[in-house]
Amino acid sequence: MTHAVADSIRERAYAAAAQVADPEVPVLTIADLGVLRGVDVVDGTVEVSITPTYSGCPAMSTIALDIEVALAREGIANARIKTVLAPAWTTDWMSEEGKRKLAAYGIAPPKGKAGRRALFGHETIACPHCGSENTEKIAEFGSTACKALWRCHGCGEPFDYFKCL
Amino acid sequence: MATTSIMVRETPHVLYTLRRADDALVLGHRLSEWCGHAPILEEDIALANIGLDLIGQARALYTHAAALEGAGNDEDRYAYLRDAPQYRNVLLVEQPNGDFAATIVRQVLFSAFMDPYWRAMTRSTDETLAAIAAKAEKETAYHLRHSAEWLIRLGDGTAESHRRAQAAIDDLWMYTGELFESDADEQALVAQGIAVDPADLRAAWDETIETVLAQATLKRPADGWMQRGGRSGRHSEHLGYILAELQYLQRTFPGASW
Repeated sequence: MTHAVADSIRERAYAAAAQVADPEVPVLTIADLGVLRGVDVVDGTVEVSITPTYSGCPAMSTIALDIEVALAREGIANARIKTVLAPAWTTDWMSEEGKRKLAAYGIAPPKGKAGRRALFGHETIACPHCGSENTEKIAEFGSTACKALWRCHGCGEPFDYFKCL
Repeated sequence: MATTSIMVRETPHVLYTLRRADDALVLGHRLSEWCGHAPILEEDIALANIGLDLIGQARALYTHAAALEGAGNDEDRYAYLRDAPQYRNVLLVEQPNGDFAATIVRQVLFSAFMDPYWRAMTRSTDETLAAIAAKAEKETAYHLRHSAEWLIRLGDGTAESHRRAQAAIDDLWMYTGELFESDADEQALVAQGIAVDPADLRAAWDETIETVLAQATLKRPADGWMQRGGRSGRHSEHLGYILAELQYLQRTFPGASW
């Protein structure tokens, strides 16, 4: 395979993989989320690298399967999906576009840069529905490992917050 | 997959990795027992999520142990085809869930150790262990925050919740000594920069526990007799019951998958 051919396959494979939606937050693609780390062509085989958001993220096997399907639609068979751990995923890997999509979808995007918080730090999160900062945390854990449950006192709606990790 | 137990070639590096993997799997399994039974819905979800993080950490560690051992074992074979004396977890994590206070106290005692542990392990010379640590460190900080906030609520709550929280601390305290233990093999890994000396994490653990107990208006028990043996496979009776449930399917229908 020439370099030019490999490059063209890699570009097509990347474009196809980048369109795969996260199964738990379908408004985001795995590229928006930063779960897609890269695509390589190794000895003629397409190799897609993905990284888990959380160690126990149950969506990883579904994501791998969805990537294989997306590549097959592009005529790329026998792709290898590789899970990489380093560098560890943080919410800083999420694109700005991804954060905008999340907010429009009704999930408050991660606020600020990932980093170590104090054991009992206090956070102020704006409601994705009405923008009010008069909100409170109901539970540290929400509908998926990556979200927490909050409530807005402004509009009275509960909402998910994509935790800053 | 066979029904009989596997033999594991436990080099110090493999053994070290299995010890940490077993801690995570057994506690993750314990927390999964709360699913559908927690006192409130939010906590049901929280305990299941913490369990999920731990089982995810266990899977990464078992996979690494399998690569180090190089004997064709994998995460499933380690989890399903070793008997209780082959498990290397500390006794603390296999203790029964008890009431909600006991579960929360067990989580605080363990997470307060694992938080500085994983942070130190991000500098391990074993690159895979360092990568696992970099993920686990963030998750563990979250587990510690969540369970510590609950312990403060319970301790500084009603007379009943205070009594139960104090009873749980008094009961579980004798299992905390084992967290800081290591043996000669582990010390050799410490010298190579692969492992961290758990004894070095004592001050950080003490500080977290003191802070949380003070806010929770709970008393720190005196250090007395400490239970030990889990790291070398001498377990309390509880582990056998956990494994009976965990392994039943693979032992009965070898290699079953779905």
